[in-house]
Amino acid sequence: MKIYIRSAACISPQKTFGNSKFLEDVFEYKGTWLKAFEPDYTIIFESKVIRRMSRLIKMAVTAAQECLNISKVSMPGAIITGTAYGSIEDTAYFLKQIIENNEELLSPTSFIQSTHNSIAAQVALMLKCHSYNITFVHKGNSFESAMLDAFLLLKEKETDDILVGGTDEMTDASFAILSRLGLYKRKPISNLNIFETYTKGSIGGEGAAFFLLTAKESKDNLVEFVSVFTFYKPKDQIKIEENITSFLIKHFLHIGEIDLIICGKNGDIKNDKIYSELADSLFHNNEMVNYKHLCGEYPTSTSFALWLASNIIAKGFIPATVRKQGKSKSRPKNILIYNHYYNIYHSLFLVSAC
Amino acid sequence: MGSKVFIAGLGAITSIGNNVGECFTSLRSGKAGMSDIKYMDTYHRNKIPVAEVKMDNKKMAEIAGISSELSRTILLSLIAAKEALIDSEIVSQSSLRTGFVSANTVGGIDKTEDFFIDFIKDRNKGRLRNVFDHECGSVTEAVADQLKIIDFMTTINTACSSSANAISYGARLIKNDLLDVVIAGGVDALTKYTLNGFNTLMILDKEYCKPFDENRQGLNLGEGAAYIVLVSEKVAQNLNKTLFCELRGYNNSNDAYHQTASSPDGTGPYLAMNGSLIKGCLQPSDIDYINLHGTGTPNNDIAEGTAVIKLFGSDYPPSSSTKSFTGHTLGACGAIEAVFSILAIKHGVIYPNLRFETPMHEFSFLPEQKYLEDQIVNHVMSNSFGFGGNCTSLIFSKI
Repeated sequence: MKIYIRSAACISPQKTFGNSKFLEDVFEYKGTWLKAFEPDYTIIFESKVIRRMSRLIKMAVTAAQECLNISKVSMPGAIITGTAYGSIEDTAYFLKQIIENNEELLSPTSFIQSTHNSIAAQVALMLKCHSYNITFVHKGNSFESAMLDAFLLLKEKETDDILVGGTDEMTDASFAILSRLGLYKRKPISNLNIFETYTKGSIGGEGAAFFLLTAKESKDNLVEFVSVFTFYKPKDQIKIEENITSFLIKHFLHIGEIDLIICGKNGDIKNDKIYSELADSLFHNNEMVNYKHLCGEYPTSTSFALWLASNIIAKGFIPATVRKQGKSKSRPKNILIYNHYYNIYHSLFLVSAC
Repeated sequence: MGSKVFIAGLGAITSIGNNVGECFTSLRSGKAGMSDIKYMDTYHRNKIPVAEVKMDNKKMAEIAGISSELSRTILLSLIAAKEALIDSEIVSQSSLRTGFVSANTVGGIDKTEDFFIDFIKDRNKGRLRNVFDHECGSVTEAVADQLKIIDFMTTINTACSSSANAISYGARLIKNDLLDVVIAGGVDALTKYTLNGFNTLMILDKEYCKPFDENRQGLNLGEGAAYIVLVSEKVAQNLNKTLFCELRGYNNSNDAYHQTASSPDGTGPYLAMNGSLIKGCLQPSDIDYINLHGTGTPNNDIAEGTAVIKLFGSDYPPSSSTKSFTGHTLGACGAIEAVFSILAIKHGVIYPNLRFETPMHEFSFLPEQKYLEDQIVNHVMSNSFGFGGNCTSLIFSKI
């Protein structure tokens, strides 16, 4: 049984939403984190619908609705989201209120919206969708968990069409904390140069990407979604290679048959060493491209990578803003996404031309 | 997908007991866990009753064998998960594909609360150790590391139905032959964040809660953790112990009515209950006991009661809300009530719905008021409904 991605919609720090040309030109940011380039939400929703929604929820439900609009599936058989933090802006706001007001006279709005499941719930509410609805909240493994669940539900024949998304936001407060934890660079840097500085820390990011996964064959399907696989805290580089190889074997593929590898390099010298070593070994003969210079590093960034992979196959070319010069293959057929989140959560996604 | 999933081990820590045995003793003797706030530092102390686990973090850390610096959420989770794993008597964990599917709704926010006091004054302040456990997934990860589980882990947050979904997801991972063993359940500690959140929604009862009573005023928040060890048929055959039961049915449906309120006709609850019967190939008449969601809020109990009567008719099975013992433990309640449901099958008992006095005027629905022994309990339905319309029902069946 084959599973396909019918449609993909993405709000990111780049012009990825709506009828934009496929990453023809990209924004250069000279700061410490990339903020999503938010569309005019009233194109999708009446302003009264979204007025009270916080930023992350607005971003996510808009990407979700756009994804459904493109797919022409009005009522999905399941809604599944992955988010590590949920609306961190609401969380911080409610915490601050508790402290500053000494637990008195608080307003419930930010509490309600801070609950991680409020995105999937909001989508269900707007669609009046009574089907399966779940939210995975597992750090750098949140979107992967959501995709795995969707994949299994389709295999179980519980439904034919599933809306799946990955989303996280950055705020000044969360960035301040995460950079103190050493995740991000302290000094401003151009996002287009992050792979050349060889310093500690990555660049922050955010976004929302939604996909309509379907078991139905259609000429409108973008790609075949072959599989997703995750592994945890591999003990060394050999173990990483073993996991990648066995994942490919399981799907009857040899590394030579992979036309493009989208990898999760994020500009952190320690993090990127894993990808560089793979480039010299297992991926030696493969074309590798990066994506985090476009969307930044965040726990559900692989949802951006999957949007990118789906579009590369469907449109039949790799945008110049993504590809480095050199080796190229016309019309990539098999794309492997390999990402690791600070060498703790590793994930592999495989998509193929239909 | 035809294979069965069995329950081989149980673990629980709640306001009515620090392990499964103690919880069951309290259920038998009708001893509820609510009291004035003792362990949590809050403005609401002596104003709102809660159902705390009767231990400070230091004592809990001793039992868990881990640092008391960690979030209370991690401490609770680790105690219950360890108990479940030991109870399962699985000896060769490393040769089996083992996963940990845990649920919680606010992660280690008890520690973030401390961090924020300094942080909001100066963004360079606040002890960083106190944000390590912030994410929901951090709690799961810390416990999985202690249990040495590396094959698979994930965290689910669907508000108050979270850990019921963790259990059904764990079962599906086994049915899809991705794993052999899954420790599934959930946890939530009492925090200022949730206590104040629910307080602003004005759904906390100032007295001990009275689920399904005409004069119910709301819920009491509680805390705790519970896990069940799910095993494949193959693992079950090789285990040298009596299995508890089978997870026969499950369903996740959405009410799609309101972010925080249930539809008055109980659409979501009805779909979840009915869906779990269909999944388990069972009729309403097969169910011997319903462990209700029964929070004690006016809204939940009318929606749930309406849905029960719609599905089961006036001949509904004995039903009770054990939240009248444990309070509403949010991300943990689905798993805690799963453990209680499994114990009801094991011991042939039905739990009372404490403090029930006056039937609701909307319909004739009487929860069970007495502790019943020597019952035939073959199939138990356990309901968990949450904010965001997230409704899940599980059915446990005698083998």
